Parts: sequence; C-alpha cells; structure tokens
Amino acid sequence: MRLLNRSAGRLSRHRRGPIAGLVVLLLGLLMTGGLYAVFAPAQADSTDSQEELVKDGRELFLVGCAFCHGQNGEGVLTQDGTQYGPALTDVGAAAVDFQVGTGRMPMATPGSQAPRKEVVYTDAEIAALSAYVASLGTGPAIPDAELYDPDTLSSEEYDEYVVRGGQIFLANCTACHNFEGSGGAMPRGGYAPKIRGVDPKHIYEAMLTGPQSMDTFSDGNIPPDDKKAVIAYLNTLEEQPSYGGFTLGGLGPVSEGMIAWFVGMGGMLAFAIWGASHTTRTSRKKDGADA
Amino acid sequence: MMKSADVASTNGTEPATPKKGAKTAGVVATWADDRLGLAKATKGMSLRKVFPDHWSFMLGEIALWSFVVLLLTGVFLTLFFDPSMAEVQYNGSYDPLRGVHMSRAMASTLEISFDVRGGLLMRQMHHWAAMIFIAAMMIHLLRVYLTGAFRKPREINWIIGCTLLLLGTIEGFTGYSLPDDLLSGTGVRAADGFMKASPVIGTYMSFFLFGGEFPGDQIIPRFYAIHILLIPGILLALITFHLILVVYHKHTQWPGPGKTEENVVGPPLMPIYMAKAGGFFFIVFGMTALLGGLFTLNPVWKFGPYDPSKVTAGSQPDWYMGWPDGLLRIIPPWETHIWGVTFSWNIILPILVMPPLMLTVLIVLPFIESWITGDKREHHLLQRPRNAPTRTAVMAALITFYGLSWAAGGNDIIAIKMHLSINQITYFLRGAVIIGPILAFIITRRWCISLQRHDEGKLLHGYETGVIVRSPDGGYAEKHLPISEAAAYTLTARDREEVYSSNGAADEAGVAAPGGKKAEIANKVRGKLSELMYADNVQKPTAEELHDAQHHADHELHELENQIASGPNQHGPTSDH
Repeated sequence: MRLLNRSAGRLSRHRRGPIAGLVVLLLGLLMTGGLYAVFAPAQADSTDSQEELVKDGRELFLVGCAFCHGQNGEGVLTQDGTQYGPALTDVGAAAVDFQVGTGRMPMATPGSQAPRKEVVYTDAEIAALSAYVASLGTGPAIPDAELYDPDTLSSEEYDEYVVRGGQIFLANCTACHNFEGSGGAMPRGGYAPKIRGVDPKHIYEAMLTGPQSMDTFSDGNIPPDDKKAVIAYLNTLEEQPSYGGFTLGGLGPVSEGMIAWFVGMGGMLAFAIWGASHTTRTSRKKDGADA
Repeated sequence: MMKSADVASTNGTEPATPKKGAKTAGVVATWADDRLGLAKATKGMSLRKVFPDHWSFMLGEIALWSFVVLLLTGVFLTLFFDPSMAEVQYNGSYDPLRGVHMSRAMASTLEISFDVRGGLLMRQMHHWAAMIFIAAMMIHLLRVYLTGAFRKPREINWIIGCTLLLLGTIEGFTGYSLPDDLLSGTGVRAADGFMKASPVIGTYMSFFLFGGEFPGDQIIPRFYAIHILLIPGILLALITFHLILVVYHKHTQWPGPGKTEENVVGPPLMPIYMAKAGGFFFIVFGMTALLGGLFTLNPVWKFGPYDPSKVTAGSQPDWYMGWPDGLLRIIPPWETHIWGVTFSWNIILPILVMPPLMLTVLIVLPFIESWITGDKREHHLLQRPRNAPTRTAVMAALITFYGLSWAAGGNDIIAIKMHLSINQITYFLRGAVIIGPILAFIITRRWCISLQRHDEGKLLHGYETGVIVRSPDGGYAEKHLPISEAAAYTLTARDREEVYSSNGAADEAGVAAPGGKKAEIANKVRGKLSELMYADNVQKPTAEELHDAQHHADHELHELENQIASGPNQHGPTSDH
C-alpha cells in the first residue's frame, strides 16, 4: 500500500509537467493501436503476424479443443460411429468466434446442446483460435462491424431497417426463437436459446454459420443487409419501453395464463375470503355471543 | 266517483295531490310504482331476500362482475375497432410496423393500443377480464359440484352453468381471433384445421365458415358478429336466468345450528348483501384494472400482422383452450385411411371428441348421481366434500386429467424453463393423463374417508386438548375433551347413507322386478355403483353412540380432575426432588 502511494505520488509529480499528460495519452494510443494491429484478425495484413496467430491458435487448440475435435480439427468419432466432436475443417473463423466468443465452447459436459455460458478465452485467444481453424479450410470469416452493427445506420435508414428486419425476423426466426427472442423448445432437450441481450456480432455469426440445431442462413438466403435489419429490429425490441407493463418473460399465453390464475384469481379469492369474513354476523361472533 | 286521493276527483284545473308528509324517495317510489307496477312485479323477489355468507359463495360473483367489466371495456373497444380484413398500410405511431401491410382489424388494434387514449389499458383489461371470467366460472363450478349444490332443485341451473362455461370459452376464442395478429391468426388456422379434420363434412364446414378457402376476407367480420352480438346476447340471457333461478331456489347454505333445509340464514339483500356485492364489483374492476395496467397481455405489436407463412414459438391459445391443445400435443400420430378419406384420430380425439365429451360428462354428473343414490329430495344444505368421498374423487380425477392435459399445452415452455426434453415430457404425460386420474380418484376417496373418520373421532372421543397425562403405571396419553354442541351439530347435520341393494328388486318368491331383463341389469349396475359410492363411507354416529361418548367423556373429565387434584403437580415442580 505504501509502495502504491509512493508511485502514485511520483506519477502525479510527473503529471505536473506540461507535456506529461500528452506523453501518457500518446503512449496509451500507441499501445492500444499496436495491440489491435497484432490481434485484430480481419485486418491482419502482415503474413508474419497471421502465421504467428495461427501458430498461437494451434497451441491453444491442442490444449482446449483437440480432445473432441481431433489434433488437426478432423473430428472424433465414438466407437459406435457417432460423432464425438465434429470436424472443424470447413467451418471458418466466424463459427469459432461465435462458439468460443459466447462461451458455448469449450463444452463443460457432453449434452443435448452446448449452453451459452461464461467465456473462457480472452479476445486475443479467440482471435488466435479463429485464425487457426480458418486456416484448416474454407468457411465464413468474422464479419466486419459495418456488416452487423446497426449503429452505423443513419436514423432514417434505421427505422426502415427495423421495419424490414421485423418482417424477416417473424418469417425466419420466431418459429424457434419466439416473437420476443425468448427462445423455444427443440426436440430431445434441445432448444433455441434466448436471443435478447446478445452481441450483434454473435447474432450475425449465428445466422451465417448455423450453430447446433440452427439452420444456416447464408448470404444468398438472407443477404448481409437483411441480417443487419434483423439485428436492428432485435435492438429495437430490447430498447423500446414495454408498453403494456411487465412482459412476463415474453413467453406468450402460458405466462399470461399463470398471471390470470395466480395474481388475478388468487387476488380475487383473497378479497372474497376477506369480504366474507367481515360480516355483521362474524363480528358478533368475535364478541363471544356465538360459539 | 272514486274516492282515492291518487286519482283525480274532478276533471277540473286542480290536480290531485298526495297527502302531506311523504318524503321525496317515497314520492319517487310511488310515482314509479303507479306506472310500472314494481311493487307487484318484485313481490316474489323481496329486497329482504336473504343470502348466506361464505367466501365460496362469492366465486360466481367474480365471474358475474368480470362479465360486467367485459361489457364495459368491450363497448369501449367497439368504438375504435374495425372488423375488416381489407388490406391497408399501417401508418400509426408504432414505428417498427410503419409501412407494413395488414388488415384493418390489425391496424385498428394497433391504433387502439398506441393512438387511442387509454386504449391499451382497455384492451388489456378486456382480455384479462375474459381470462378471469372463465377461471371464475370454472372455480364456481367446482365449488357447486364439490358441495353438492347441484342437487335437486338446482339441476337446471347446473346445466345453464355448464353452457355458460362453453359459451364463455367460444366467446374467448372469437375475441382472441379478432386482432388478426400473428398469434390469433395461428389460432384461427388451427381452428380451420380442426374443422377440416371432421371426416367428410370437414372441408364443407371450413369453406362455409371462412366463405371460401382459408383465410379469405370473411372470418374476422363473422367472428366479430358472433363475438359482440350473438354470444354476449346468449350469455346475458343465460346469466340473467341463472340469477333468477338462484333467487327462486334461494341460496344454499352450510349446515350449522339454526340452519335447516327449510330456512336460509344470512344477511338480507338490502342493504347488507347489496352493499357487499356492489363493493365486490369495484374490487373485481380494480383487480382487472391493475392487471391491465401492470401486465402485458397479447402484445400484438410484437406479433405483427397475421401471415400464413409466419409462426412463432410459444404460440398457445389462451389458458382455457390449453387442455385440448395439450391433448393435441401429446397424442400419438394415429391416422386411418379408408376409401381415400383420412381419419386423423390425432385431431379428432383431442379436439372434436374430448371437449364435447367433457362437457357432456359435466352435464350428466348430477343425473348419474341421483340415479345411483335414488335421492329425489330437495337439498338446500351443502355437503362438505369429505362427506361425499366418491363424488369428490370423481372431480379430483377429472381435474387431474384436465390439469395434466393443460400442462401438456405448455410443454414447450416447460421444456425450456425447466431444462427438460420435450419428448420426455410428452411420453410422461401420455401415461400420466391415464394413470394420474385413476390415482387421484383412489387417493382422494381414501383421503375423504380418513377425514370422515377424523370427524367421527371428534364426535365420539372429543378434540385433542394437548394435555398429556402420565398414568400411574407410567404410560402417557393425550386427554380428549368433548367438542361443543354446536360443532357436534354441524358435524352430524348430514344424512345416513344406504347402499342400494339390487336384490331388493326381485323378491324371495322369485318375482322379477318390473321392466324385465334390461331393468334388472340397470339395477345391478346401480347396486354396484351405489356400493362404490357409499359402502366405505363413515356414517355419522347414532344418538346412542353420541350419548355414550358424552357419558364416557364426562367420566374422563372427572378422572382427569381427580388426577390433577391428587397428583404430584400440586406440590409444585421443585418439591419432587
């Protein structure tokens, strides 16, 4: 603690100098930019750093992924021929970025479906893993922000995108993910997860790569612009006030029915019991006139 | 010439005036009575009519008042709703749908929700009140059934009640369909499928209702007419008749001191019950307003307009249609093909057979019971559910079947919220809807009989005092003291039941009962059912048994007093050592 105080004191002494603030700022910017240049996969133009990244990725892959997906990402079969971990030779960087970036991979336990959970790897490690898996074959790359980020739209454009996106969403997504993105059931313990509060990049990647039981919505099927519209609509769903009051989990008539019975009927029953226990007759009873 | 002061005595200019002293209210009443004959017409329905007080008698009132809320909010909605399927481009204030093509029904629903002041609140109140209306009818029906209030002379009111439940459900479904949003359209699509599943006439029925192929442009206006005119009219008429019969029969009451089959004990209609019932209306209205203000119900703006190519997860009907939907979800895919006609048993059974069957079972329950028991007397005193174990068990079985089917209707939500496999839920429920009711019947019946035994114990041995007494030889026993006379009266205010014996029909000389073979079989069945119904029940103790018990209790009390008087406790706890 004393050491910290001393160094903090020293720093503030330096900051008194007129150029010190500028120097610190410049240093910070340089470091951020430099680190970004090293780890950003899409812009990585230097083949050297790309190779470095793939190498790093392979190291990580061998430790965390190879047990199920094979040493070279060729996949692992069980003794009775079912897939233990699928081959990753042609899934592309976007799939890795989605699976690892949402914490689905590495899986904690085998099961019907890998759930979204805490992310294990850092952004840099995810970038390395993506680069390595991308190097194994073909597959979609991690999308640029301008493809998926609805914030890049102007406000008039945004409204138009939201309307279009809503219709695309209702036609393609709600059958599994529900009208509010609350999720839905799939056969044998599988489920379409809740998609509220998901990073736009991951929504885009999910559409692009079709993880787990989800369909792949290729760019021929839903063009990038329409994908962005869907994301804009989901954004609006989350941002708009809930006009009718509590949304009850956005699950539809089941939770509404529960409210009708538990809150509505329950409340009215309580009032009925209260009302019937306060009569002229019972108050006389309390006086002890009647046993 | 007439002498009455109320009749003009002349044709002159001076009007006939009532004598002095009449208060304004009296004047108004007389004025109205002279012209409407109210005093005569309401002679049978005195304002001093007595209504017994019990919370369970308020259940029907919840239904009644929520129906009034439905009428009030419904009228408001009709001012703004446009039941037309003409296509328009939405240009209201909800941005995410602006420019989308939809029916005028949907557009006006959005307008009610976003552009009409208080519109969303009214819409949600209307919908919540509908859910409460049917829930309250169902609970009311359970109360009437489980307390034996359906017995003579109230069978017709029972049938009216069942009909109200059916009509309320249809009314709810048509209302659910009106906004023409994605959810309601999916429901109508399902209804179309159900109709088409009827063998041979299915397609004709569907084309008749929809005015052509689904969805057409007729169904919303047609549902609208049914929803705001036809069914509410019938509902109103039936509710009125239902209430008139309640007044005519007089309300049932719980047995107790001073309460008999010939009287009704309770506060009079005017002013106490009137004030209470009127106050209860405001409670129901207030609760509905709270629900409408606090909880989203059917957010049509999120569903968007109906389009047959779209569907959403979590597409369920409102709760009261949940149980046939559940059966539909769990029934195995049974189909038969005969001469090019497909019999979809997986739709026919859960949708076309089960709901009407359930309703029929409900309607005939009172008649089956009175046939088995042979009880054709009037009953105005209620029975506790435990005192009719088999009847209670029958309802427990029915409600278990209902509840499990209902749960199946939410199988997808159960699956995602409880992390279960929807397949396993389906397999479990397939078995449970059959085994569950049987178990419920057996458990409930035995449970009731145990409670009867408990009552018998209270009558014959008294209640548990909590006083533990150690006998001279070291044993511990809890002392029982007799219950009050009033409590004993209440417990014994029920009939002794007799198992119907089918042997009685043919006497010893071998002369068969009149009616021949058929009647004989019917009698045998009746005897068996009567045995099932009554044989295991605990009958109330006889007067002698009660007398003996009283005697015994007095003796025990004396003994206890003697023990206390002579026991070590009088020396105080410290002197023992």
